[in-house]
Amino acid sequence: MNHRLPPWLAQNTVAIRVVLLLTLLVGLAYPLVMTAAAQVPGLRGKAEGSRVTGADGKDAGSSLIGQSFTDSKGKPIKKYFQSRPSNAGTGYDGAASAAGNQGPESVVDAKDKPSLLTLVCGRSKAVGDLEGVDGARRFCTPDGVGAVLGVFREDGTTGRVTRVVSLNQACPAKPFVATYKGVDVECAKSGADYGRANTVPVRGDGPANPKVPADAVTASASGLDPHISPAYAKLQTARVARERNADESAVRKLISKYTTGRSLGVLGEPGVNVVLLNIALDREHPAPKSSSSKPSQASKSSQQGA
Amino acid sequence: MAAWIQASLVLAVVVGLHVPLGDYMARVLDGGRHWRAEKAVYRVCGIAPDKEQSWRHYLTALLAFTVMSIAALFALFSLQDKLPWSTGHEGMPWRLALHTAVSFTTNTSWQNYAGESTTGHLAVMAGLGVQAFASAAVGICVALVLIRGLTRRSTEDLGNFWVDLLRTIFRVLVPIAVVGGLILMAGGVIQSLGGGHTVDTVAGAKQTLLDGPVASWEPVKLFSGDGGGVFNASSAHPFENPTAWTNAFEIVLMLLVPMACIRMFGRLIGSLKQSWTLLTVVGILFGLLLAAGSFAQSAHTGTVTEAIGGPHEGTETRIGVPGSTLFGVAATGSADGAANSAYDSFSSLGGGVLLSAMMLGEVAPGGTGSGLYGLIVVVLVAVFVGGLMVGRTPEYLRKRIGYAEMRWVVSYALIPPTVILVCTGFALATGNGQSSMGNPGAHGLTELIYAYTSNTNSNGSSMAGFNGATDFHNQLMVCAMLAGRYLPMACVLALAGRLAKQQPGVVTVGTLRAQGPNFVVLATAASVILALLNFLPALSLGAVADGLL
Repeated sequence: MNHRLPPWLAQNTVAIRVVLLLTLLVGLAYPLVMTAAAQVPGLRGKAEGSRVTGADGKDAGSSLIGQSFTDSKGKPIKKYFQSRPSNAGTGYDGAASAAGNQGPESVVDAKDKPSLLTLVCGRSKAVGDLEGVDGARRFCTPDGVGAVLGVFREDGTTGRVTRVVSLNQACPAKPFVATYKGVDVECAKSGADYGRANTVPVRGDGPANPKVPADAVTASASGLDPHISPAYAKLQTARVARERNADESAVRKLISKYTTGRSLGVLGEPGVNVVLLNIALDREHPAPKSSSSKPSQASKSSQQGA
Repeated sequence: MAAWIQASLVLAVVVGLHVPLGDYMARVLDGGRHWRAEKAVYRVCGIAPDKEQSWRHYLTALLAFTVMSIAALFALFSLQDKLPWSTGHEGMPWRLALHTAVSFTTNTSWQNYAGESTTGHLAVMAGLGVQAFASAAVGICVALVLIRGLTRRSTEDLGNFWVDLLRTIFRVLVPIAVVGGLILMAGGVIQSLGGGHTVDTVAGAKQTLLDGPVASWEPVKLFSGDGGGVFNASSAHPFENPTAWTNAFEIVLMLLVPMACIRMFGRLIGSLKQSWTLLTVVGILFGLLLAAGSFAQSAHTGTVTEAIGGPHEGTETRIGVPGSTLFGVAATGSADGAANSAYDSFSSLGGGVLLSAMMLGEVAPGGTGSGLYGLIVVVLVAVFVGGLMVGRTPEYLRKRIGYAEMRWVVSYALIPPTVILVCTGFALATGNGQSSMGNPGAHGLTELIYAYTSNTNSNGSSMAGFNGATDFHNQLMVCAMLAGRYLPMACVLALAGRLAKQQPGVVTVGTLRAQGPNFVVLATAASVILALLNFLPALSLGAVADGLL
């Protein structure tokens, strides 16, 4: 029948049939065959999401998908190793993977969105306070925001300095430096427009190798990273052992059990699986009841009352 | 140190595997007998498999297939909620449905939506999945036609589009997908068609874990040059890329087919020296990009990067910064556009390297098939310039490269930069560029240029802080993708038509030999200089200003 149609029309009828046929073969048959192959023992558990059971024997998630170990107010639960910061939903939302997508020069806080620098500084201070180490970093103020000055100059970008504002320190905060080039530094007034100021990040005297590791102050690309660096696990060991009345050496042993090195010795980076580690801790070194900050049914209902 | 061993290992595996795969592709894609199952398919579809087409008819068939593909995808996405396996997702609004349909048909796979909250299983399998196979095959079809144009004499016949398309899918792409899918499944990539389930986490909160046909999709999105994800986080999501070794394997999958196309070229023209020459050019370009990217990432440029102690924001612990950089360069160099990290949070110059990899015109090693024909175009430029320098008629594989041929070559080279810069300028002039930027200042401009470079060059990766999900960008990106994909393809087909009609010339001592170190330098330089001439001003205002000011 095709030979009677003009070529351009004949091609279209072929095209429709090819699209339909491909839909059936590679669009449906191929993924269904692969799903059938996934039922083979050995593959099945992985194909279904590498599920793990908690210390109570119930389904507790997946060994591949990270979790938050915080209470309902977002505060770290001290008996657990903490995961990295997350941008997936409100944190480790398995149905909303996402990165922060802020760039390396994201240094000035917007009204409704802190800059990446302030996020990093704030996390570093919080982790430092929690673990009892110095959370100081370069370009960070002591109160944990980005140390960035807005410098007004006589001729816009050049000339004498006329006014200086610490852009990320909202009043009444005390600016992290008193003066800049002889001009008193002000705190930032809410609602003021500092758009004409020149942005000057101040490095400060923070350490080149901060006590709080890089992965503890940065979010992952998926927001679901199940791992932390061995350095961050080490930093948390003393606190977790204390909360569980356990030997630090016993906790360290579990850490090394759930540390994956580089594949083949060279691929990727070593990481400690926080989900598996915390489940193992609950199983082998359960925390004493009194210090448990896990939200129980009772505490939940009392919060509702308040 | 581990970083360089990792990169060397991955590249060694790619170079090792591209030889048998390229030889196999040369054997089964051009000529030879039809399989019995294929004959049945041809009968059902009304294809006359032994009737060859002129370049015009080939282009007509290709465009007919494209139009029907876009229509089918558009219907599938718009009517998703009325079809089975939508897993509760709504139909897409029409602009988004059109953008997504064009995006996956053109092998771009830029997504103005988050996968897990928008597409159900059917849309992934029968929508994105079909076009991932098909769009990759279309690229290889066009490359095959150009090869035939170079090898055939005094003819208009350049092959049959339908046969090329279906053979590429059935004989090459499906087998790689099955093997790749099984390997990834063994690494932990999920393949389940349920609707997800909610669990109580260790700390007593709720967490939803999704299901999806991911292991069947993952290898296809990687080797096809597609790159979009089932999940918003693409190959950073632990269900798509669970371990460090799956990460390395995924990089291999991205680079393998484009490299094998180069080998196939050498086999089909009967000169493996030619394919090694091209591979050397690709190797140098890729090596330069990787070295520049790694240096930019480790040199701690940028305020926040220094505060952190490295570009760790937006990278996964198991993969690390080196694994993310290697993946990023492979994904942008191969027109794939997958991401295992947040490219927006790379160091400024590191992000600039990814942008440059696309601006080279996707030739290092470029997309599936499109990388090869892009590379041959670069070679023709080099042959032409080189021929003029030594005062001889430019020839390549005994075909004269004269005015008529160069007209198509130059058009090919100028279309993508024109589309990118005009679209970027238009977005800025109307204010729609600025309002979609996710970061202030020069970095925001980089995001915008990145977006249109990615759309025009069929890459699909993004600096995801940029918000493309507006009516303006959905529509402008559709124009950029269509123009950036099919105008260059039409140039290549027309060029092939002219070349095939020629009588063979005679190789004399005066002919510029298109191989050896001299020619490698000439071709590499041609590629870099073309890109610099087109894009240096835009790069300076974006990534370079961001990194150095």
